[in-house]
Amino acid sequence: MGILGVVFDGIAYGSLLFLISVGLSVTLGLMNVVNLAHGAFAMFGGYLSVWLTASWGVPFLGTLPLVLGAGAIVGAVAERLLYRRLYAASHLDQVLFTIGLTFMAVATATFFWGPTQQRVALPEFLRGQVEVFGLGLGAYRLFLVGIVIVITLALGAWIEHTRYGAQLRAAVDNPQVSAGLGIPVHRVFSAAFALGSALGALGGALGIELLGLDPNFAFEYLVYFLLVVSVGGAGSMRGTALGALVLGLSDVAGKYYVPELGGFIIYALMIVLLSLFPAGLRGRRA
Amino acid sequence: MRGSVVRAWQRWRSRAARGALLGPLDVGLWTLPLAGYFVFPDYLVLGSQMLIAGLFALSLDLCLGYAGVVSLGHAAFFGTGAYTAGLLALHGWQEPLSGLAAAAGMAALVGYSTSFLVVDARGLSRLMVTLGIGLLLHEVANRASSVTGGTDGLSGLEPSALLGHFRFELSGKTAYVYCAGVGLSGFVLARRVVQSPFGLALRGVRENASRMPALGVPVRRRLIAVYTLAAALAGVAGALSAQTTAFVGLESLGFERSASVLIMLVLGGTGRLYGAWLGSCAFLLLQQLLSEQSPAFWQFWLGLLVVGISLFARGGLLGVFAQLRAALGARRSRRRPPTSAEAPGHGA
Repeated sequence: MGILGVVFDGIAYGSLLFLISVGLSVTLGLMNVVNLAHGAFAMFGGYLSVWLTASWGVPFLGTLPLVLGAGAIVGAVAERLLYRRLYAASHLDQVLFTIGLTFMAVATATFFWGPTQQRVALPEFLRGQVEVFGLGLGAYRLFLVGIVIVITLALGAWIEHTRYGAQLRAAVDNPQVSAGLGIPVHRVFSAAFALGSALGALGGALGIELLGLDPNFAFEYLVYFLLVVSVGGAGSMRGTALGALVLGLSDVAGKYYVPELGGFIIYALMIVLLSLFPAGLRGRRA
Repeated sequence: MRGSVVRAWQRWRSRAARGALLGPLDVGLWTLPLAGYFVFPDYLVLGSQMLIAGLFALSLDLCLGYAGVVSLGHAAFFGTGAYTAGLLALHGWQEPLSGLAAAAGMAALVGYSTSFLVVDARGLSRLMVTLGIGLLLHEVANRASSVTGGTDGLSGLEPSALLGHFRFELSGKTAYVYCAGVGLSGFVLARRVVQSPFGLALRGVRENASRMPALGVPVRRRLIAVYTLAAALAGVAGALSAQTTAFVGLESLGFERSASVLIMLVLGGTGRLYGAWLGSCAFLLLQQLLSEQSPAFWQFWLGLLVVGISLFARGGLLGVFAQLRAALGARRSRRRPPTSAEAPGHGA
């Protein structure tokens, strides 16, 4: 694999990280809630996709819209019933609460599916490699990058050009003043939380092929999502995209060129970046 | 003769009340491990685990309960201590007490050198830095398998007899007494620290960090000191675990251990020292009972318990006790005519 291949894999990995982490970024940036259960939302999406393909015979691509919808519903319900109580709580309480939720999610996944890795059957045209400018690229990774680009553009346009997007931007910038101007900050946040959970669930389903799926997923990859958000800067979409790309590229390159170091590079990079940029690369608040 | 005994008693009471010594309540509570030794001779291994976990949670209490520094990577120091003691024992230094001291020193060194990163970060970044330090050390131990044994860990440790007399035998009696003794010493030390002016400054920092410099407290130096001290105590707990189980595994550095010690402490109640012991005993007892069914079952109930604490019982078990006592006290004082000194709404 040449350097271009490594870069492409890094971008594919980074775009998946972005898709899952963007919801977490909103939760942190908008309402200052440390949601350690975000990995569990992604895991939910993965298992839902596996269940739909295995038990109901839905093709993998057909499960994706269903996962997106189910993720939004679960996110909205969880926000309404549970997370709303945590807005004013300390970081410690938020951490405990969401770790508790994640433990429950992991136990539930183990109960229904066992501790083994799950797989989904990809359609024929997503297997193997595609020749692009003489470079052999994984078809599935190309598909993944395409989906994430489309979603990102749609999300960007939505945030930039709609009334809701303007409310969201205002609420992230300054919740107090926004509320004073009559923006229903809580309702804006509920919608953003549901959307973030939906994208996280979609990312979990899309990520089965790249990251694998077992009950430990919720804790194992949570670290990466948190990393992306804290390095990129909570509440900033561009920052999250930047953080996801930096981490995706350095993780893939590190594991390819110096495999003996394993995850060391990524953790060291995170500590260095956080020390240099305490509010993230494009953070809004210190 | 009788007068001097009474005077000695009074002197002890007053020093105990200032926290310089163990008071009657402390003596009573610390006879519980002693009673456990005779009442549950078949469960001494579990008892040792409780004592080790209690000491570990106590070290986190200094940091989190008193100074308000939340750590998601406290296992880094537990594991550092465990590996230090384990490696020493494997390479010929089998004396346990000096092994403990070496582990404390090594963990303090790691704690001190990382404290700057932790203390300078705020909010989410601080959480992430502590998490990152834990993950980093875990990954180092995982990759440096020629030294640490990687995922196999270090096994077959043979610490020599304690104080040259008491061998660590299979029934775990020596180990239990050893853990209780070290645990009590750790508790006395922690108690002296939190009752000192230094401890008072820490509580001030926890309540309002931006105001403390105005009172002449160097916030940064105090936090670095307490973080280092907490790391050293955690290292001692790790070394105890290595010496009494004759094994050091990679999970001694893992995130699960950092999360579980946090849960133990919060379950018992933060900022009270005894919460650490109560929480770790309750946690390990529940784990023992529930994981008999299946590990997943235990994990589910653990999650539910943690969710419940964070929503309804933020002070942990001891916090609930204190609230009940305050409620009872309020009811009793309501029978008396109210005095002007009692502020309304106090005791929440």
